[in-house]
Amino acid sequence: MPALPDGLPMPGDGALPAWVGTARPGGTERSDPHGHASHATPAPGDGGDPRGVVPAAGGAQDAPRGRRRFGVYVHVPFCSVRCGYCDFNTYTAAELGGGASQVAYADTALREVGLAGKVLADVGLPERSVSTVFFGGGTPTMLPAGDLARILDGIRGAWGLEPGAEVTTEANPDSVTPSSLERLASAGFTRVSFGMQSAVPHVLATLERTHDPARIPDVVRWARDAGLRVSLDLIYGTPGESLADWRTSLETVIATGVDHVSAYALVVEPGTKMAAQVRRGQLTLPDEDDQAAKYELADELLTAAGLGWYEVSNWARTADDACRHNLAYWRGNDWWGIGPGAHSYVAAAATPAPAVATSATSDGGGPGGGVVPAAGPPDDDGEARAGVRWWNVKHPRRYAAALEAGGSPGAGRELLTPDEAYLERVMLGVRLAEGLELAVLRPAGRHAVAGLVARGLLDGPAALGAGERPARAVLTLRGRLLADAVVRELTA
Amino acid sequence: MPPIPTESATARIQPNATAPELIRNFCIIAHIDHGKSTLADRMLQLTGVVQPRDMRAQYLDRMDIERERGITIKSQAVRMPWAVTGEDGTETPHALHMIDTPGHVDFTYEVSRSLAACEGAVLLVDAAQGIEAQTLANLYLAMENDLEIIPVLNKIDLPAAQPDKYAEELAHLVGGDPSDVLKVSGKTGEGVEALLDKIVATVPAPTGDADAPARAMIFDSVYDTYRGVVTYVRVVDGDLNPRERIVMMSTRAQHELLEIGVHSPDATPTKGLGVGEVGYLITGVKDVRQSKVGDTVTNAHKPADTALAGYDDPKPMVFSGLYPIDGSDYPALREALDKLKLNDAALNYEPETSVALGFGFRVGFLGLLHLEIVRERLEREFNLDLISTAPNVIYDVTMEDGEEVKVTNPSEFPTGKIGEVREPVVRATILTPSEFVGTVMGLCTDRRGQMQGMDYLSEDRVEIRYTLPLAEIVFDFFDQLKSRTRGYASLDYEPSGDQAADLVKVDILLQGDQVDAFSAIVHRDKAYDYGVLMTGKLKEIIPRQQFEVPVQAAIGARVIARETVRAMRKDVLAKCYGGDISRKRKLLEKQKEGKKRMKNIGSVEVPKDAFIAALSSDPSSGKDKKK
Repeated sequence: MPALPDGLPMPGDGALPAWVGTARPGGTERSDPHGHASHATPAPGDGGDPRGVVPAAGGAQDAPRGRRRFGVYVHVPFCSVRCGYCDFNTYTAAELGGGASQVAYADTALREVGLAGKVLADVGLPERSVSTVFFGGGTPTMLPAGDLARILDGIRGAWGLEPGAEVTTEANPDSVTPSSLERLASAGFTRVSFGMQSAVPHVLATLERTHDPARIPDVVRWARDAGLRVSLDLIYGTPGESLADWRTSLETVIATGVDHVSAYALVVEPGTKMAAQVRRGQLTLPDEDDQAAKYELADELLTAAGLGWYEVSNWARTADDACRHNLAYWRGNDWWGIGPGAHSYVAAAATPAPAVATSATSDGGGPGGGVVPAAGPPDDDGEARAGVRWWNVKHPRRYAAALEAGGSPGAGRELLTPDEAYLERVMLGVRLAEGLELAVLRPAGRHAVAGLVARGLLDGPAALGAGERPARAVLTLRGRLLADAVVRELTA
Repeated sequence: MPPIPTESATARIQPNATAPELIRNFCIIAHIDHGKSTLADRMLQLTGVVQPRDMRAQYLDRMDIERERGITIKSQAVRMPWAVTGEDGTETPHALHMIDTPGHVDFTYEVSRSLAACEGAVLLVDAAQGIEAQTLANLYLAMENDLEIIPVLNKIDLPAAQPDKYAEELAHLVGGDPSDVLKVSGKTGEGVEALLDKIVATVPAPTGDADAPARAMIFDSVYDTYRGVVTYVRVVDGDLNPRERIVMMSTRAQHELLEIGVHSPDATPTKGLGVGEVGYLITGVKDVRQSKVGDTVTNAHKPADTALAGYDDPKPMVFSGLYPIDGSDYPALREALDKLKLNDAALNYEPETSVALGFGFRVGFLGLLHLEIVRERLEREFNLDLISTAPNVIYDVTMEDGEEVKVTNPSEFPTGKIGEVREPVVRATILTPSEFVGTVMGLCTDRRGQMQGMDYLSEDRVEIRYTLPLAEIVFDFFDQLKSRTRGYASLDYEPSGDQAADLVKVDILLQGDQVDAFSAIVHRDKAYDYGVLMTGKLKEIIPRQQFEVPVQAAIGARVIARETVRAMRKDVLAKCYGGDISRKRKLLEKQKEGKKRMKNIGSVEVPKDAFIAALSSDPSSGKDKKK
């Protein structure tokens, strides 16, 4: 599993730096990180974007004025078996030496919910209800639906859920039944994301996935019948997967009629069983050309089926079908991650700025719109900070022990400098189909745009502000495959 | 009691007061690893000039590199007392000067000057390995200088020693009977006393005119941080005394003799040096170029008319570009070279710029070992990280219009109509076990060698002589020779003029832009191989760019080989959610930092490491791979 980042020590009580809560000027443009998002919200029924782009929904304009949106992630670190490619922070019952922590997990997680409510209130952040909740893992559905419901109730109790809040859980196709899905829906879940990975048995076998691909149409139907939005997750580039295999998976997905698809290139992380198999020569990884071809096929077939990309690896039928929780990450909203190894992020309170540039018409070189404060409030060392990110200890037992002792399970944190926050802003914003407003970019980045357009990595009309939208950096299909190179150039 | 002279006898061998007939000047000729330094250590001990408690291994080797590699780079001269008892029982004290010569072919000129300071040479050969080509070369030099040769087999304590076999080989080479070959062990000390006695008995005493104007030959000069340049001389005629003004006869430069003395083995000031004596001078000069090896020192007030014969300026034979990996180290590299130059008269360099490698120096060396040693000293003593370009030789190019161009850097090779290109050639001597004769001949032929002759030294050892282009030797000849003969063959070479050859410059182009560091001057028949090799190598090393990059090898405008680095199609992390952001940002920061180590050739970004890899990896292994 990926190592936790190196960071600063976490205070024992989990307290956040004071500058997080410094009074935010209510009702200004600055305090609304997504003033621009209204441009990206399609008119109802506007399904036919010429570039097959689904503008993302859930723009922050419908968030309460004066508050940054707030999401909650809940990590459920359990699986029935560990898949060979998986490097997530998850454990099988055998690995944990008995199911005790799994049984008690809902209680443990609720302790952290309680801590989170206290920490956020103590630092002086205004109360705000939760706009999205996402249960990920591991396999959240390893927990009884009742446990998931209890955790969600705890979140509701701590902060309240916004009307129309999105509540998603990941699920293994073989760990759900019509009744378990109904229970989730009635508990308040609105969305389920199935880890389908592939429709081809030999590919699933290589991934060591245990589910029967034939179940997929059924579980999608059950979930929809229960009133849940459905996403299917796919992995491409598994060793031994042909382009035809990948096409089969895509066609199977499309045939279910789902409204949301995520497709990820397989990354073999060091330390996984698959990495060892590759090292020993038992598996051969596809080259990047193969992965690129598969990405292009995915985009082609999904677009033809009416699902447009709204993020590099995500496609949705309409703006409302996009995953708002994930959009919040890419837009730099605040979130609290509950559970072992979970990350959390809270931006610094913006310093009042007399004139804040949020439109492309501003010629300011500094970061204008978006979430990057022109200069964050200073930390104790006098350095400006733009936000704080922290992460919990990884092991469920250490996690539980920290909470039982009344402290924070945080393992470390980082206090983002304006430069770091800027890099993140560009890195995340450019992944979105809605693009990154050019006004956000520093002069060097704006200068790089022309070359990127010329090389076909950024969309030309979007960079010119066509369609009466603010000028923005929007990746072309080729640019999506080279997004990291684009980010490096924009932040050079 | 070891025959260390008594006190009264010692009075007879004081510096500048020793009769020439009591002086013996000798050197030790040996191959690397044949035990010269260990033998010298034993001599220092036996003659009592180094007390047992001060003894350390390889006492005379001063530089770390010398001690580690077991080779002597700068020569030394040590004065040792040794008494022999005549048949009548009287004890006669002698002053022995042992001149420790550099053992490597790169330093042939310095070796020849050291030899010229002696009357005798101990030919030291490993009793388990036999004579090697470099030893042979130095033996020839010694014989040319009319030195008395004392053949000695060393390491007779080794189980693998074959003293009888190699005694025969030595006797065959230097004449005489195998039984005359002394057998010693530098390690145990066995036979060393007998050797010292033999030196006294057979090495002729120096002769010279004590009343003539002073003439002393410089056979080495060394820069010392505390004392400035220390010059080693052998007095031929007259004498030199402290506080005199002296003249360097080649430059006519005058200096005051601040100090004069002998090493025994530490520097000991004396009242002067007389005929036949070997010692050192200190004049306060700071640069070894003012005290050139081979030059003659005379007295300013009573100068000699003619200089001693044999002075020659050292000429660099091999050139290589040295570049700091971190461009900001350029001033440090300059400073380091300036410092090394104080101690190395053969080192010369001038600034050079390369598109691929930035600012650096084109440095001339005596040979490959010299190059290696300089590079290693720069890296070790001055903490520099360096890239060195493939070594090359000097070419004389005559254009059709008669213009002549001297090319020390392939990228300076002229374009236009070329009349003739001349390259230096060497006379190479290779000693090999007879089973590898065919292999060695094959290698030499492949490297454009012309066979000059072949002799059997013994039943199973052969000397093969070839004329070879120096350029072929500086490439990878030695490595090939060693690997094809399982390390048994040895090589020596000396310059023997030049020859016209059908040479062309092969350029390497990245997307049409020439990468100067990879240009090479090669024989027309090998141009294609070189082109295929380098384009293939670069294709592997250059990371994929956002566009397709042709990698071409060309002679002038004609492309002879081409590879393509295909365009990168994917450079994006598929998953980037909340828990991935820190890691992803740090990765991007690292990549951006990595870009600073990139060099741009046109619009192609190449990591500097790629250049280093392409320049340093063994060219021969690449060649084999392509088959």
